[in-house]
Amino acid sequence: MANLKTTAKKTKSQSMGMHSEVLTGRTQQKFFNPDEGENLYYFGTYDVDFNKRTELDVKEMTAADANKEIDNLMSQGFGTIVIKNPQGKHSLGVGILNKLNLIFEGSLGYFGMGSCDGPTVRINGRVGWSCAENLMAGKVVIEKNAGSCFGAAIRGGDLICKGSVGARTGIDMKGGTIIVGGDAGAFTGFMMQRGRIIILGDVGINLGDSMYDGTIFIGGKIGSFGSDAIPADLTDTDQDWLKRKLKVAEIGEKFDVSKMTKIVAGKKLWNYDNLEPHEKKGAI
Amino acid sequence: MCGIAGLIHRGKSSNVGSELQGMLQALKHRGEDSTGYALYGDTDGKNFIMRFKVGENVGEGSSSIMEDVSVYDARKKIVDQYLSELGAKIVKEERVLPYSLRYELAYDAKDLLEFSQKIESIPGVEILSMGKSLEVIKDLGNAQMVCDRYSLDKVVGTHAIGHARMATESGVDIKSAHPFWGYPFSDVSVVHNGQLTNYWNNRRLLENKGMRFMSECDSELIAVYIAQKMREGASLEEGMKASLTGLDGVFTYFVATKDSLGMAKDTMAAKPLVLYESDDLVAMGSEEIAIRSVLPQEIDTYDPYDGEVKVWQI
Repeated sequence: MANLKTTAKKTKSQSMGMHSEVLTGRTQQKFFNPDEGENLYYFGTYDVDFNKRTELDVKEMTAADANKEIDNLMSQGFGTIVIKNPQGKHSLGVGILNKLNLIFEGSLGYFGMGSCDGPTVRINGRVGWSCAENLMAGKVVIEKNAGSCFGAAIRGGDLICKGSVGARTGIDMKGGTIIVGGDAGAFTGFMMQRGRIIILGDVGINLGDSMYDGTIFIGGKIGSFGSDAIPADLTDTDQDWLKRKLKVAEIGEKFDVSKMTKIVAGKKLWNYDNLEPHEKKGAI
Repeated sequence: MCGIAGLIHRGKSSNVGSELQGMLQALKHRGEDSTGYALYGDTDGKNFIMRFKVGENVGEGSSSIMEDVSVYDARKKIVDQYLSELGAKIVKEERVLPYSLRYELAYDAKDLLEFSQKIESIPGVEILSMGKSLEVIKDLGNAQMVCDRYSLDKVVGTHAIGHARMATESGVDIKSAHPFWGYPFSDVSVVHNGQLTNYWNNRRLLENKGMRFMSECDSELIAVYIAQKMREGASLEEGMKASLTGLDGVFTYFVATKDSLGMAKDTMAAKPLVLYESDDLVAMGSEEIAIRSVLPQEIDTYDPYDGEVKVWQI
C-alpha cells in the first residue's frame, strides 16, 4: 500500500490548496541518513556473498516453489544462483529486492523477473511476454529473443536483449534503459514517460506512440512514427552516452551510433503538470 | 483468454494426437471450458472422413439443453437416409459417444456445399469436419479429458492444430468450440485466439453470399471468411493476408489444410504467439510452455510480428 504523508515542498496543485497528500514509492522516497543508518531496514533483503554459489534445478518445481527457493537460498547467503531447466515457466525470478547474481540456463515464459530491485540477471535463452516488468534497479541480460511488452513500466535499471523483441517494448516505462540488439515490433515506446530505449535493428509501426517523455534511439529502419513522436538532433553527448551504454551492455560495441535516429515526444498531446484531470477542471 | 497450439512435421509423420494433447494441456490455464483438435492423420486418401454431432454434451458446465438419447438416434437415421440420397456410401461407422459420430464415406464430389447443406438441414446436426485427412474432435473439458474421451493419443499424422477455450462471448457448448471447419472446403480448419469486432457486419455479408454459420462465436467468422475468399479463387495465403484488413479486432489464428499450416497475427500484435521453426518441424503456441511439451531441450523461439502471415507445407 502506498505511503500517504505530507511534504514541505508543495506541488502546483498543492499550492492551490487542492490536496495535501503525495503518493510516495519506496525506491523514490528513501534517502540514506547516516545517523539512522543502523536502523535502516530494507524489507525482504539479505546479506549475500557473491562468491557463494549454488545451482537450483526447477524442472519439477512450480514457479511459486522455485521463487520461494531462490528467496530461501538468498537467506542462506548465496549471492550467485544458477537456475537449471526453467523450460519456459512463467513468473520465474519475480520480486527479488536484493543484490544477487542470478543465471538462468534456459528460457523463461511470461512475466519473468518482474518487479525486481537490484539483481544482476543473465538469461541464456529467450523470454516471453512482459519480461522484467516494473524493474526498479539492477541489470537483466537476455541472450536470445524476447516477447512483447518487454520492459513494460520499468522504473530503473538496464534491460538488455541481444536478439529481437516483440511489440510494445518499453510500454509505459518510467525510467531505466532498454537495449535491443535486433529488431523490435510495433508500438515500441508506447506511452513511455521517461527513460531511454535503444534499438540497433529495425522497428515496426507507430514508434513512440503517445509518448510523454523519454528518448528512443533507432539504428535501423522505422516502420512509422506514432502520434506525437518526432525525430530530434543526435548530439555529441547522446553519441557518447550511446557508446558507453552499448559497451557496458556488451552489445553492439562497434555499432556506428552517429547514424542512429533519435526520437522524442513532441509534447503536443498533453499539458504536463501536477494536476490530475479532475483537478484541472476545478482549476479552470 | 483461450490458448492455441499447432505443429507440422515436414517430410514425415508422427504421433500428432499425443503431441497436440501435451501442447494443449500445457495451455489449460488459458481456458478449459472446451478443447478441440484438428488432426491431419495418415489415410489412404480414398474416402472422406466425416465427423459430426447429433446433439450436445450436456454435462461439465454446458450451456446446452438436455435431450433424450432417442432424439440422437432419430437424427442419425435421417443422416443415414440423406447420405444414401446424396450417393454417399458409409464404409465405416463409429459412434464414439451418443452425440458424436465418425463416418468414413465413399463419396465422389468436389463441392461439398450441397452435401453439407442437406446434412445440416436436419435440426441439431452439425458436421464438425469433412475431409480426406482432417478430423475435428471437440468437446467440453480440458485437453486430457477430450483426448481420453475420444482416444486421440494414438493418432498418427503430419500436422495438427488445437484450441483450449475460455468461453467469453458465446456459450459453453461444442458448437462454439474450436477448431472450426472451413465449410464447405474439404480438409480446412481454423483456431483463433482473440476478439473480432466486426463479426456481425461480416457475418451478414457472408450469409448473403450463401455461407453458413453454426454458432455465434466470433472465431467462426475466420473460417467462413477464408473459405469465401478461397471460393472466389484466392489461395490460402492470399485469403489470410486479406483477413488482416477485412477482419477488425485482435487476433492470432491458425489455418490448416490437407498439406499446409498457416498463422496470421493482427496489425496490433495484441495476441501472443511463440514460434519454433526448423527444417523438419514447426511448432507454435500461445505460450512457450506449449512448445516445451514436445521440445523440452533448449531451442530458439521467437514472436512473429504484427501483421505477419506465414504458411508452411508438409
